[in-house]
Amino acid sequence: MTADLGELYQEVILEHSKAPRNYRKPADANQEAEGYNPLCGDRCTVYINMDGNAIRDIAFQGSGCAISRASASMMTQMLKGKTKEEAAELFEQFHRLVTGEKESVEKASELGKLAVFSGVSKFPARVKCATLAWHTLQSALEGKKEPVSTETESSS
Amino acid sequence: MTTLANPVKFSTAGSAKGAAQTINPLDLKKIRADFPILAQRVHGRKLVYLDNAATSQKPRAVIDAIVRYYEQDNANIHRGVHALSVRATEAHDGARETVRQFLNAGSTKEIVFVRGATEAINLVAQSYGREHVGAGDEVLITAMEHHSNIVPWQILCEEKCARLKVAPIDDRGQLRLDEFARLIGPRTKIVAVTHVSNALGTVNPLREMIELAHEQGVPVIVDGAQAVPHFAVDVRALDCDFYAFSGHKVYGPTGIGVLYGKAALLDAMPPYQGGGDMISSVTFEKTTYNSLPHKFEAGTPDIAGAIALGAALDYVSELGIDNIAAHERELLDYATEKVGSLPGVRLIGTADERVGALSFVVDSVHPHDLGTILDREGIAIRTGHHCAQPVMDRFGVPATARASFAIYNCREDVDALVNGIRAAREVFA
Repeated sequence: MTADLGELYQEVILEHSKAPRNYRKPADANQEAEGYNPLCGDRCTVYINMDGNAIRDIAFQGSGCAISRASASMMTQMLKGKTKEEAAELFEQFHRLVTGEKESVEKASELGKLAVFSGVSKFPARVKCATLAWHTLQSALEGKKEPVSTETESSS
Repeated sequence: MTTLANPVKFSTAGSAKGAAQTINPLDLKKIRADFPILAQRVHGRKLVYLDNAATSQKPRAVIDAIVRYYEQDNANIHRGVHALSVRATEAHDGARETVRQFLNAGSTKEIVFVRGATEAINLVAQSYGREHVGAGDEVLITAMEHHSNIVPWQILCEEKCARLKVAPIDDRGQLRLDEFARLIGPRTKIVAVTHVSNALGTVNPLREMIELAHEQGVPVIVDGAQAVPHFAVDVRALDCDFYAFSGHKVYGPTGIGVLYGKAALLDAMPPYQGGGDMISSVTFEKTTYNSLPHKFEAGTPDIAGAIALGAALDYVSELGIDNIAAHERELLDYATEKVGSLPGVRLIGTADERVGALSFVVDSVHPHDLGTILDREGIAIRTGHHCAQPVMDRFGVPATARASFAIYNCREDVDALVNGIRAAREVFA
């Protein structure tokens, strides 16, 4: 495996893709949204249980590649207990990380475990895989009715 | 015209001296050298291009034809008396004649230049379709169509309150011919079918299908985008009413394609677009449309594209389409055996008659991840739904990996693919 591939498919990512966390549909979810990548057919549904402004529980289901599954899995781990605003800020930083904006690499420590996705920036064709769950989350938080598509979203 | 204009194409397997020979390694080396793009390295590895069903690479002859046109002959056609316009017009007309010969059409009137197979199908749907399909009528397609042979008919059916009927395929990706026959009824106004499935490589029994439709008096439009690069197509022997293909899949440039249509049908159809070139006279009171095929070619066409498509078809004819077919047959058999026998690999589409493409899924490796890992080895394949989502749904997979072949591919390319799949399985073991 080349160095680039090693950075993309880090052990943590492979592990999450094989055994995704919070892969379920919570009975008490009060917000949910569907995400879809029409270019590759990946699908993702994010379920949230909001307690006021805080994410009490978050889970997902869907089908997709290793990057999209691992990203969704780790996103749900990171966001439990966070507020809507904190979640939006994390997405912003995550997006900058995977698109290779320089300053975000320096800020990667704030992203905690999500920093393992920095390798995605060398694979522009895979950025949408890494962000599908996050776009879907954003849609769920905003209570959008229409499924979100990676091809109609603005860049973040 | 009854003479065989293209003897290479008509060297049938039945005649001993015309039997197609597999291209030997020496020829293949020479052929590969005709394609400048193949000489490059990708991620430090030799490029292995196995995404030919998406688009083929271009031989030097095609690239040169484009350069030569713009350097020497560029002018608008059918309107200037000056030397350049005459040369450009002659070259453009010549390309149309080349296409006619390639498809064995009866007349260049029946060869309409369009942007690609997609536009050709839209042209028929919007012109012939809008005239002949009404409320309660039916358009029949198959379950293996590319989106480009589904959506134009959906748009038409929606507008006309007509119904889109879909002939099913079996578990191996073959058309259920009995069901197809059953679905052609008194309300069927058009049958639109692919010659070869882009996602599965299945070759449809087109002769039988066309006969069945014609027995009920229904015209047939064929999407030939995945057929024309791989074997000889004779529109008169098929007796199809319309035949569409794209130049870029048969070694020509993007942006140019062909609609063949029987002259009687084209003649009776209303224009698709209005503009210059498609008229013979215009006043504010009345416009008289130009003769075929110009009636369907509004505006300045892709002149360089048409000429380069002619060069691409000449290139194919020089190699011999039957030789190409034999080489690709051998390669697809080799790939099917090698990839199909890998542990954890499931072939999607195992029809008796297949050309061009091998679709598969690998246990525990999503096609997208496989595509990325292969790319780092310099191997280009397509991963995804191949613009044929109903086919993916039929096989219960969100996506597949597809390796597709062209004249310049060799066994080493297949071996590289096999090694790449093995490496990917190790990553996800």
